[in-house]
Amino acid sequence: MLNILIPLLLAVSLVLGAVGAFRRIAMWRRGRPSPVNIMKGLASIPRRYLVDLHHVVERDKYIAHTHVATAGGFVASMVLAIIVHGFDLASGILGWLLLAFTAIMFVGSVLVYRRRINPPARLSKGAFQRLPKSLIAFSLGMFLTTLPAVGLMPENAGSWVFALVLVVLVAWGLSELVFGMTWGGPMKHAFAGALHLGFHRRQERFGGGRSTGLKPLDLDDRTAPLGVIKPEEFTWNQRLGFDACVQCGRCEAVCPAFAAGQPLNPKKLIQDMVAGMTTGTDAKYAGSHYPGQSGEHQIGSGGVLVARKGEALVDPDTLWSCTTCRACVEECPMMIEHVDAVVDMRRHLTLEYGDTPGKGADVLDNLIATDNPGGFSPTSRMNWAADLELPLIKDRERTEVLLWLGDGVFDMRNQRTLRALIKVLRAARVDFAVLGNDERDSGDLARRLGDEATFQSLAKRNIATLAKHQFDCIVTCDPHSFHVLKNEYGDFGGHYTVYHHSGYLDRLIGADRLSFAPAMPGTVTYHDPCYLGRYNGEYEAPRAVLKALGLNVNEMVRSGYRSRCCGGGGGAPVVDVPGKQRIPDMRMDDIRETGAEIVAVGCPQCTAMLEGVVEPRPQIKDIAELVADALTDRPDPRHKADQQEPLEVIA
Amino acid sequence: MKRHESMASGSSGLSVAVLVSTGRHSLTGRPGRADQDARAVELALNVENSHIRLFHAGEPGEECREALRGYLGMGIDSISLIEQSADADVSAALEEILRESKPGLVLTGTQAEQGEGSGLLPYMLAESLGWSLIAGLVSIESIEGNQATILQALPRGQRRRLKVRLPAIATVDESAARARQSAFGPAQRGRIDTISHDSSTDEALAGLSIKAARVRPKRLKIVKSKSARDRFKAAAAKSEGGAGQVLSEVSAQEGAEAIFKLLQDENVLSI
Repeated sequence: MLNILIPLLLAVSLVLGAVGAFRRIAMWRRGRPSPVNIMKGLASIPRRYLVDLHHVVERDKYIAHTHVATAGGFVASMVLAIIVHGFDLASGILGWLLLAFTAIMFVGSVLVYRRRINPPARLSKGAFQRLPKSLIAFSLGMFLTTLPAVGLMPENAGSWVFALVLVVLVAWGLSELVFGMTWGGPMKHAFAGALHLGFHRRQERFGGGRSTGLKPLDLDDRTAPLGVIKPEEFTWNQRLGFDACVQCGRCEAVCPAFAAGQPLNPKKLIQDMVAGMTTGTDAKYAGSHYPGQSGEHQIGSGGVLVARKGEALVDPDTLWSCTTCRACVEECPMMIEHVDAVVDMRRHLTLEYGDTPGKGADVLDNLIATDNPGGFSPTSRMNWAADLELPLIKDRERTEVLLWLGDGVFDMRNQRTLRALIKVLRAARVDFAVLGNDERDSGDLARRLGDEATFQSLAKRNIATLAKHQFDCIVTCDPHSFHVLKNEYGDFGGHYTVYHHSGYLDRLIGADRLSFAPAMPGTVTYHDPCYLGRYNGEYEAPRAVLKALGLNVNEMVRSGYRSRCCGGGGGAPVVDVPGKQRIPDMRMDDIRETGAEIVAVGCPQCTAMLEGVVEPRPQIKDIAELVADALTDRPDPRHKADQQEPLEVIA
Repeated sequence: MKRHESMASGSSGLSVAVLVSTGRHSLTGRPGRADQDARAVELALNVENSHIRLFHAGEPGEECREALRGYLGMGIDSISLIEQSADADVSAALEEILRESKPGLVLTGTQAEQGEGSGLLPYMLAESLGWSLIAGLVSIESIEGNQATILQALPRGQRRRLKVRLPAIATVDESAARARQSAFGPAQRGRIDTISHDSSTDEALAGLSIKAARVRPKRLKIVKSKSARDRFKAAAAKSEGGAGQVLSEVSAQEGAEAIFKLLQDENVLSI
């Protein structure tokens, strides 16, 4: 009886699985177009799965081993089961291999089961609680069914009851693992996840690459939607990405807004996107909600994800709580792009609804009218440096370094950092110049607030200004400007060599152009800015500079790619969504844990956020300030380096 | 009374015309919405069941269109741009347009941000149309038939409730509710309908030479205050009219004496 039923079950489940797969693919394809190379994408899946995905999964050793045993065991058993039972080719080693792999899978399944006995809060329950039992059912059922095939058990052993039990086990396992995979069960993460690896919207992310710049909107195309408000307005591969979510909650565990009690949970957000594509309700969601929210939510009238008035799946405050720190994206084993989705929806809220909350509307108005978020006169950009006699690039034919000052010129705290940086550059005899009043806001803030139009206007005008001058590289002490100049101006024709000042100082030190006095006493820790670290992968240079100063860095538990945001990114301080605690306070607790007296930073936003924490607390010092304090050689009389330049130019 | 209510909430609704000018940013001079006019549009958008039309009379150019898009971004479908020459007196054209379109209520800012900026336009229109004029409108409380209940701004944050017969022209005070954010999408989609209209040259203006204003030093406000409350009151004071007194039913002699005494107190007269 089993020799007929098992192949039949296999065939039925495969057919149902194939039907489900076509339906699911058709559902994803209802999104906007996004060109990908289908064959190349499919071919890249195995390597991306085994290398890039496993690299992320590996950060949790327990689940990595469990996953290898379960997933590896399942894939091998399934292929072998089709050969052994489907085509009745149990001869030789194949049957034994099937036995071995089902046994491995069984061990993995038991480990999954153990994990689910008292699961951490970040894991979703619901159907995911059923999954380990289904895994056990499949591996056990398949194992026992294979025993007679290799001759370890006589054919037709046991009663018909035993046979029936086996059939039920195998049927249960196959329904969960094969057609459940394409019909929206918990195993859909395997199907959607594998395809997502191949057809990812940011192909550059794989093989050690990086892609963090936001994708531009085509503002000239009047038919294209401005941002996203309906699930169909995401590109099809974004939709595919949402569906790949396995609800492991790693994003939830690292999200600073979630920890601060602001109404954002990246996992729930992605599940709401899935709900928008499928059932239209979050009733079946069985994980943590957005802090401060509960109950069921339905898709808004007209199929909108975020309602202009009243309730929909996602509350606007959820989107505005995001600091765009990318911690969720960095941590996601399925390579889902949460920040892209958040900004896509923010774009609609700002560009179509005109609903940027808090001070957002003021800031955007200022950016439009004065090219800086504070609404200061653009002719007063250089007032802070009246005594520094900074060389202007428009007076020079070319310069080695264009120093991009950023909007920190209007902030008295950041002016200290800039002064320190200029002192260091002069000490190293760097040939530099500034744009002066011709500089504008980089557009970072406008873009993260969803105002793509203002961003593009600023970007295009900045690119036109930069095109008028000759320089080798741009140096800036603002990681946000750094990121935008380096990664986001390219789409508009601006390609530059850009250094964050920590990276440039590291090069100066490496070239032996700076010398320092012995290190001052005191312990130091370093706070990685999101836009330098996760956005640009620069973790080493700032640490190398601190080391060169003779400082020993007491690392925080959450540092490097796991650094916690200061709360200052993505316009979060501008829209200021209330929570239970402030993100910078939590970060300061991380800093206090190290016992450091000084926290080295490399970002004006981080400086402002961390200095906003009430004393007593460690001192906040920019890397440029620490370097300037440690310099031994006195800087040259003011612009000696500058005076040398024109001679060169004439010659 | 009942009948009036039903008229107000009838399908016709109240027709509101908003006269908008092109704004000029105070620091950079870039074109945009004029703040007070944008507040007028905001007030109009909050009138229930209203039919809103926006009018701008002026020289059509790219800067003008860019500024007008700021109003469209508030969710307005179209603006009527009445074409005028650069040196025109727009009051005649506006009067004619208002006479034709017969709005129940005309809203506009108190003063333009550029050009003559005398703030006299609404008064001239009210006079020539024979409609009542309300200065310093801050909110519209209700519309019943051809009567509107509105709040008018007075110095020091005081408000006066007025019942006004419609049609009327109201200038919107800068303390009225802030204008909503102007969004890019609607601003790009909104229409600017041009209406050709004869321009009548502003003879009075032609005789004047216009130059950029010089920033005048602020007059020091000397506050002799003993408490935080006094300092706050001094800082929040809108104008120096707080100490005024209302004289009614007094003889001409008494009135003249009161004025004379005030001028002496303010050091205008030193007799």
